[in-house]
Amino acid sequence: MNGNEITPGQAMQDVFEEFRIDGAVNKVVFRDFNLWYGENHVLKDISVEIKSNIITSIMGPSGCGKSTFLRAIDRMNDIIPECRTSGQVFIDEDNVYAEDVDVYELRKRVGMVFQKPNPFPQSVYDNVAYGVRIHGMANGRELDEAVERSLRMAALWDEVSDRLDESALTLSGGQQQRLCIARALAVEPEILLMDEPCSALDPIATAKIETLMRSLQEKYTVVLVTHNLQQAARVSDMTAFMYIGEVVEFGRTKDLFENPEKELTENYITGKFG
Amino acid sequence: MKRGDIASKILFLCASFSTLIVFLIIIFLLREGISALNWNFLMGMVWSPHKNLYGIFPTLLGTLVVVAGAIIIATAIGVPCAVFLAEFSPFWLRNMIKSTVEVLVGVPSVVIGFFGLIVIIPFIRNNLGGRGESILAGWIVLAIMSLPHIISLSEDAIRAVPTSYRQASLALGATKWQTVRRAVLPSASSGMRAAIVLGVGRAVGETMAVLMVVGNPETPWIPTGVLDRVRVLTSTIAIEFSYAEWGSPHQYALFAIGVVLFFIVVALNLVATFVIRRRNWNG
Repeated sequence: MNGNEITPGQAMQDVFEEFRIDGAVNKVVFRDFNLWYGENHVLKDISVEIKSNIITSIMGPSGCGKSTFLRAIDRMNDIIPECRTSGQVFIDEDNVYAEDVDVYELRKRVGMVFQKPNPFPQSVYDNVAYGVRIHGMANGRELDEAVERSLRMAALWDEVSDRLDESALTLSGGQQQRLCIARALAVEPEILLMDEPCSALDPIATAKIETLMRSLQEKYTVVLVTHNLQQAARVSDMTAFMYIGEVVEFGRTKDLFENPEKELTENYITGKFG
Repeated sequence: MKRGDIASKILFLCASFSTLIVFLIIIFLLREGISALNWNFLMGMVWSPHKNLYGIFPTLLGTLVVVAGAIIIATAIGVPCAVFLAEFSPFWLRNMIKSTVEVLVGVPSVVIGFFGLIVIIPFIRNNLGGRGESILAGWIVLAIMSLPHIISLSEDAIRAVPTSYRQASLALGATKWQTVRRAVLPSASSGMRAAIVLGVGRAVGETMAVLMVVGNPETPWIPTGVLDRVRVLTSTIAIEFSYAEWGSPHQYALFAIGVVLFFIVVALNLVATFVIRRRNWNG
């Protein structure tokens, strides 16, 4: 077929892609990680390596533990009283679950964007400044700059620069979600976790966020949970497929979608369940 | 006519009945009280039925002082209590405190007044001097009475703040306390203001308990200290109505006090509704 002919240019691009992904260093490493909510064994013997400066997506059917996986990285599961863990999660060399870890510093290193846009009912400016103020990172002129920088990175500055004092709730859903991204970026994290960030958005807003994710990977390690297969295929470099608390398959997105190794993965991708 | 029509008509009658009652009360109050309601009445310094002088200014001021102090005390205790219950207390402790607080709502005001009479007044008399019957005693009693309303309404307002705000804040590396102070409380503030306004409404209208502890001097004066005795609007009606001659200016003046009270409470309710509306409008 004509469409599948490989031109030399494309071949070069593929090689570059391969280098970019293979050459990336490990940023987040799960080692024999288990997590329980009470009696419920939610994450089972997870051992994966998430690379820096690429986009890794986690997909799987509802209830497979993909959100829990994401929250295990910044220990947001700690909020749930009955949560227990075993094993380790490393960010660079630091075990996130070590006794002496300061969770507040950890969560500053790891930004998080939620399924439903959740800006505070405060002004656009105050939303972005929130984390910066909490951590005492800047004030006055520096704070203004931090806010502008974050909004620019989130591709929102041009739309809100003249309405920084307005309530964030007057923004559209897609703008609110980009505001939440700006808010997360403002505390200068290294990793950005996104938990189905587009599931509440229309296709145009979704496209904007996907473009944004692509631009963010240069500075950040992006981990994206999605139930949308096309989205995982479109934006991510590596993909993990999870099923009932286990990582069934993890590899380059292209390989995983074109030649899944496991039958379960293939069944999921081809829509036999999910 | 279908059978369903009859049912809905009966329901409609019951619904109109309560509205009708409110209107009847308003009409009655205004008809009886409006003739005595004028500038001299509101701003007059002397209330002395024997001399046919009906100025409620000292009484009005006494009411405002007693209510304001009580609300400040109740807010200072009630809001932190609500924050603790909603955000920090373990489940069993919250249930325990909440059910105790709800019992306090059900205690008849005369019983609280009795408590004030037997415990608070002697305490003030023995430790701070004066007769014990005082503005301070009124503050304490009224604070006790509005406390449960402020606590439970504020707690509702705090718990109504979406979990997603808390999550957003924690995920940014905020501590629990920072999250409560900077994300939760600002979002709950309109609800908490409404709670306080409703508490004020309750305190303004309260009669029995206050009457028992504030002293009610026969000729009210402008209070000069917290140990002074005062008169409040409600207790004036309650005390004097029994001996006000039927159809006399004295009786009309008491009705006029009722009108003033009514308008204060309506105004407070309007403020509360406005505050609550604004919260909804903000999303």
